This record gives sequence, C-alpha cells and structure tokens, in this order.
Amino acid sequence: MQFLANPTRFLKIANAVLPTVWAITIALFAVGLYGALVTAPPDYQQGETVRIMYVHVPAAWMALFVYTVMALASAVAAIFRHPLADVAAKTAAPIGAVFCFLSLATGSLWGKPMWGAWWVWDARLTSMFVLMLLYIGYMAIWAAIEEPHRAAMVARVVALVGFINIPIVKFSVDWWNSLHQPASVFRADGPTIAGPMLWPLLVMGLAYSFLFLALHLTAMRAEIAARKIRQIQIAEIGER
Amino acid sequence: MKLILALIKRDLTLSMRQGGGVGTALGFFLTVVVLLPIGIGPDQALLARIAPGALWIALLLSVLLSADRIFQQDYEDGSLDIMTMGPVPFEMVALAKAVAHWLSTSLPLAIAAPILGFLVNLEPSAILPLAIAVVVGSIALSLLAAIGAAVTVGLRRGGLLVSILVLPLYVPVLIFGLSASQPGAAPGLTTASLLILGAIALVSLVVSPLASAAALRSYLK
Repeated sequence: MQFLANPTRFLKIANAVLPTVWAITIALFAVGLYGALVTAPPDYQQGETVRIMYVHVPAAWMALFVYTVMALASAVAAIFRHPLADVAAKTAAPIGAVFCFLSLATGSLWGKPMWGAWWVWDARLTSMFVLMLLYIGYMAIWAAIEEPHRAAMVARVVALVGFINIPIVKFSVDWWNSLHQPASVFRADGPTIAGPMLWPLLVMGLAYSFLFLALHLTAMRAEIAARKIRQIQIAEIGER
Repeated sequence: MKLILALIKRDLTLSMRQGGGVGTALGFFLTVVVLLPIGIGPDQALLARIAPGALWIALLLSVLLSADRIFQQDYEDGSLDIMTMGPVPFEMVALAKAVAHWLSTSLPLAIAAPILGFLVNLEPSAILPLAIAVVVGSIALSLLAAIGAAVTVGLRRGGLLVSILVLPLYVPVLIFGLSASQPGAAPGLTTASLLILGAIALVSLVVSPLASAAALRSYLK
C-alpha cells in the first residue's frame, strides 16, 4: 500500500492494467449473461422472472462491497494519511450509489410480479434504502465543502459512521422476519442454489467486481487529473 | 469532571437566556403535530392509529432543526478553538455539548410528546410506553444530531445537509421507538424494543463524541 502512495507510480500501474481489466470485465459479462439468459433453467415457481436475480443480486453485493471499500479507504486515510486513500473513497461513492440504485430498481421490478408490489417496507429493503441515503449524504459532503483537504477529513467521519449500517443490511434478513429471502449463496452450510443457476450468478458477481475495479481505477485517474488541474490553476492565479 | 459539568452548565445557561431555544423547538413540534390532522382529516380512528408515528416523526424533525445550535455559535465566536487547547479532552467537550443539547432541547420535547398526543387522539394505553420510549430515544437523537452538527459546522447552508446526513441514522431509533410505543403490542415486544433503543443510545454515546470531535477538528485547523 505504501508502494502506491506515489500518485505517479499509481497512475503508471493503473494505465498499464486498465485495458486488461476492461477486457476481463467484458469477457466475464459475456459468459455470465449467456449463462444467465440462455443456459440457466427457469425457476419451478417463479418461471422466467428468476433471471432478474442475475443482475439484482450482484448489484446488491457490490453496493455493500463498495461502501466497505469506501469505509476502509477512509480508515486508511485517517490512520496512515495515505494520500490516495481519500481519492479512492471519494471516487468509489458514486459507483456504489449506482450499484445500490440498480439493486433497488431491479428488486422493485422483480417484486412486482412476485410479491405483487413495487416496494414493501421490510427490513432488507429499508436498510438498503438507508444505504442509498448514506451514499447521497457522503457525496453531498464532498460537494458542499470547497476546500478538498477539509472535505476529505469531514467525509472520512461520515463514511465511517455510516458503516454501522452495512452489517444491518447484511443480517437484516436473519434478524427480522422479512419478505425478502434469506442469504442463499454465502452460508455456513454451503449454497442452497442449484449448480446450473449458481455458476452464472457467481460469474456475474465476478463480472460486477471487475466492472467496479475498472470504473474505480478510471475514476481515480480522472480525480488525480482534476486535482492537478486545480493546482495548476491556483498556481496561475498566484503568478498574476 | 468538574470542568465538564461546568461546560454543560454554561451551555444550559446560554440556551436558557437566549431566544430561539427550547421555546422555538417546542413551538415547531406543536405546529407539525397540529398540521397533521389538518392534512389528513379529522377521522378519530385513523388519527389514533397513526398518532405514535406522527409524534415520533415530529420529534425527529424538531430535534434535527435545533441541532445546528450545538456547535455553531461556539465555532463562530472562537470558543471552540480555545476548548481544543483546554485540559478537557476534546471528545469530552463534544459529549458535554451533546448532553447539554439533550437536557435543554430533546428532553423537554420528549416530555411534551405524550401531552401533544391528546391533539392526535393518542390511545390512553399507549401514553406510558410512548413516554418511556421517547425519553430513551431522545438520548440517541441528541447524540446523533451532534455528529451532523459537527460535520456541517463550517458550512453556510448546513441545515439541509444535516437532514440528509442524520435522518438515515435516525431510522433505527424510529423503527424501535415505534414498536416500543405501539399500544396493542405483546408485552415482550415492548420490553425488547426498549432494550434495543437503550442499546442504540449507548452505541451513539460511544460513537458520537469521537465522530463529532474528529469532524470539528478538521474545521478548526
């Protein structure tokens, strides 16, 4: 991690790996979508609508995962003063918010035919919605405070306080009686999904992860460039 | 400890003698509760059913609106700068201010909540559970509001931002507060909800001073 502390070095590595990461992402999506839409069997109860699962579940995983990345990066920034950690946290937020929105939207589309309602107020949905609000609040802090260094310090606090919600989302289906089904992949006694449906789901999960990696690296690159531009502009004003 | 008590006393005195303190918050609380029956119609049965929820939401908003007073003035006149250099750890200063806010604003609002219940036809059997739940819950409300107030202390238009940041954190308080103040609930549920409310208050007691102090420090540098 110390090795990446130098932005120039980070940029060099990011530029080198990005094409590969994008290629892997596209390949995984191709395989995953083929498996999800063509080879996976329809569910015996839900029929073809079960295919929503392959976009819905990975998006929800990523929404939680990205917030965890954000909180970890904030902690690293607070403890080690790592110069890129704040950049990582800041740029992860919009990506995570989109994943969160995607999981809410696809969940809503899935809920209509299955539960008969676009939205129900139960534990999992409510805590996921709160996660969306946390993403929005975090981005609002960055937007509201002009001075980047100060914004970074305040945003760290916001990200770390909001992290309390992540275990609540994860375990909400176990703690409360929920309409939403409980965890069926990451369980102590092994997944409860049949193999032909499980592998496309896992491939899609990997594809989403690589998509996040690609988007995140690109966004971090852009953010570093934006900071450079800001510094050049300030220097130019100083010269005048 | 003596210094911390002195700090709390100072904040209480300030909020008593200045206008726009408890009275305004209570007035706001009253207004929201009165607007509700006007907004949804005077049906007594309907009002009785939504009364606990209405009171809770009005309480959240009133606490939130008074939150900016926790640190704002001391930040603007420089007292906070001096407090960072004092012998009291800055986390304890933040805690003292949150406690003062609870004593001066949230607690009076919580005590007023069951009384305002008469306006929205709160069932008699719900009065006692509601009264206990709002008092316990208001501790967490003040502590969480302090985080929001600290995070936005140097911003000119921090009010709306405080709502976006703090209301998500209020959701658990609202959920368990409501299930503790439902009149027809099983007795075990009420106790369990009250215990969880207490747990939330204790967790915020730990998190709030640390988070508020960290946020305040970044503004004071």
